[in-house]
Amino acid sequence: MAEPYVLKMSNITKRFPGVLALDHVSLQVKKGEVHALLGENGAGKSTLMKILAGAYVKDEGEIELFSQKTELGTPRIAEELGVGIIYQELNLIPTLTVAENIFLGRYQMSNAVKIDWKQLYEEADKLLAELDVDVKSTDYVKNLRIAQQQMVEVAKALSMNAKIIVMDEPTSPLTEKETQNLFRIIRKLKAEEISIIYISHRLEEVMEICDRATVMRDGCTIQELNIADTNMDEIIRLMVGRELKDKYPRIEKEIGEEIFRVEGICAGPKVNDISFSIRAGEVLCLGGLVGAGRTETARAIFGLDKKTAGKIWLDGKECVIHSSRDAIDAGIGYVTEDRKGEGLVLKLSVGENITLASLTQFCHGPHLNLKAEETSILDYVEKLKIKTPSVYQKVENLSGGNQQKVVLAKWLLSDCKVLILDEPTRGIDVGAKIEVYNLINDMTKAGKAVLAITSEIPELLGICDRVMVMSRGRVTGFLERDEADQESIMRLAVGAEEAMKGMAS
Amino acid sequence: MKLKAKEGKGVSYLGILIAFLALCVVISFASPYFLTPSNLLNITQQISTNFFIAIGMTFIILIGGIDLSVGSIVALDGLLMALMMKNLNMPSLLTMILGLLIGALIGLVTGLLITIFDLPAFISTLGMMYVVRGAAYTVTGGQPVYTFPESFLAIMSRVNGVPVIMLIIMVIVFAVAAYVLKYTRYGRYIYAIGGNRNCAKLSGINVKKVECIAYVINGFCCGISAIILMARLDSAVPTNADGAEMDAIAAVVIGGTSMSGGEGHLVGTLIGVLIIGVIANGMNLLNISQGMQKVVKGAIIVLAVIVDVMRRKRSATVKA
Repeated sequence: MAEPYVLKMSNITKRFPGVLALDHVSLQVKKGEVHALLGENGAGKSTLMKILAGAYVKDEGEIELFSQKTELGTPRIAEELGVGIIYQELNLIPTLTVAENIFLGRYQMSNAVKIDWKQLYEEADKLLAELDVDVKSTDYVKNLRIAQQQMVEVAKALSMNAKIIVMDEPTSPLTEKETQNLFRIIRKLKAEEISIIYISHRLEEVMEICDRATVMRDGCTIQELNIADTNMDEIIRLMVGRELKDKYPRIEKEIGEEIFRVEGICAGPKVNDISFSIRAGEVLCLGGLVGAGRTETARAIFGLDKKTAGKIWLDGKECVIHSSRDAIDAGIGYVTEDRKGEGLVLKLSVGENITLASLTQFCHGPHLNLKAEETSILDYVEKLKIKTPSVYQKVENLSGGNQQKVVLAKWLLSDCKVLILDEPTRGIDVGAKIEVYNLINDMTKAGKAVLAITSEIPELLGICDRVMVMSRGRVTGFLERDEADQESIMRLAVGAEEAMKGMAS
Repeated sequence: MKLKAKEGKGVSYLGILIAFLALCVVISFASPYFLTPSNLLNITQQISTNFFIAIGMTFIILIGGIDLSVGSIVALDGLLMALMMKNLNMPSLLTMILGLLIGALIGLVTGLLITIFDLPAFISTLGMMYVVRGAAYTVTGGQPVYTFPESFLAIMSRVNGVPVIMLIIMVIVFAVAAYVLKYTRYGRYIYAIGGNRNCAKLSGINVKKVECIAYVINGFCCGISAIILMARLDSAVPTNADGAEMDAIAAVVIGGTSMSGGEGHLVGTLIGVLIIGVIANGMNLLNISQGMQKVVKGAIIVLAVIVDVMRRKRSATVKA
């Protein structure tokens, strides 16, 4: 091998409570190469990169940077060793200038008190000129487009003498032209022998810009590839090819008549003419990559985001939904993906959370019948086997799985006919996941219609009766349960992107 | 699994209750006059203004807001009532009812500013604080108004030195407010919004309406406070209740209500009001200077919050 390895991560293991996030993962990056890190959502890419950035500490394994064994451990150490990371959510301060951002926390002082602004701006201009980008050091970051902000991040990494730059989904917010410009910069960096770790779901881009790739799946390294010797089909197969384990309980059930229908919903750029219907007792899974517009679709249906077009029917009646109240009254429930941010009031008790959407049931005029409320709460806590010392326990003290059951109890109590589940098993352990699947089964048995959004394809296949796949804000296809497999879903989820680009250009 | 419903229903104001009792013991040793009936009645009257304002402020802080305009509302409302009686010869009862409505109306304006224009509560009520106080100076050209009809002052009438009617009003207002917070849907919504606005909205709660009503309730409480204050002093002055917002916020915070909202209760606020009142009274008895009194009051507010923050941190680490 001519080029030496600048980074060797071997047998990295990382555990979170109840989850084995990384299982003896290895990643080797050569000097001056663009190395793709591939895998489905939840494969462990981000965790691995956070370890490289020093944000997480590995439990086991070895890291060798520039042939030196190191522990990393804090972001500062990683920076000093020459690792720069450009996260999907850019890390800049909008109200400061480009130069102030680039050198944030590392300002050159002309004396003990005064920052040497002249030198600061000169150096920033030099960096930007080297990158050949249309950004001035005196611009305010808030006035820059996302693509330009990315360049500021690149300049920032270079100013720290980064020799390895990680880019996490850099092209997802970019237009085709901006993407090409980013690639030009990447090639330039490569020529300067800087190594890039490139994370992207867009395989066609990976084929274009990357030299080698590491494929991850379920927290394991699957294979290292030379891009020149492979093709997209092989990569997709490596990314998804896995056996379904028997962790998705299936039940015999009757699927009834259509009870829920959505027609031509539009809401912003990520929800474009979405139509589908669900039958009683059916689980329609909504597949697609992160950012395909699935959550936005759910929010639009539930009345949280304004719809610009489209109609919703429930039980043959058209529902006008302008707010979450309208949606709840119509009989729709929504378990959001952000449990702590939107699903629960953490400071309130288990019981108060369960009844929050259905307090009217316990009201006689203005009076709230606390006794009746408590009876109902105890009933649901028992039914869903929520493990809590008491119904007055603050919900923040419960485990993730039990918190999720509280959210589910809330919507079951509201007596909804249609339940939207957005990533219903995110961040909960395997045992609790199975309990959630069983609850979904119970609901469908009772004749509810379920719309489930999940980014884990095995889970999707495990619980679905039918699959709808979205990409870039549009529905790209429906699959019956027997047609759906990991590859067919992945094709609809990524394949459509090529088609869209073809149309756009 | 058999669940015992009552378990875990902690009494979180026990700490400040003990602190309050300890304070009383200390002051009663320092000044033998402290525990005399006439002094206790004195304290009751002194805290009455803050008592009603702090109840309204509890609603506001629980929902995650703040209201800096309460003192101004008390002053303007008082002057308007005074003018109604003196210049328009309105009957006392009608004046009081209108006074309550004026308070509620000013609260409604504040609430609408916050909910319609999405202004931060701090800013809109800061603006209201100046506007309403300015209006109070303007309505009488800065002049005070004295001597009200007997029928108005009757609200402070005493039986054997005890202001019975005022005490009854205090009990009723406290009971109603506590009932609303615990036994109505509206009260639950206040806690939910203060705890997590997004979740509240998603659960079908009309967040803006609930928030707006909280400011109306707060304004109404200021109206009660204005009536009691006027009747007690038999005068209305534009500088009345100057800085009352700070005493109310202090009482609520000392009472353990979280400034970020969603956590707290009226019993805490009541104890907070008592602590502030007893300290002021005790220091007066001990001839401590006004300046020093402020120092002590400030120190106690900070101390109360430090204790509260530490308690929360401890319970957080126990969990993890």
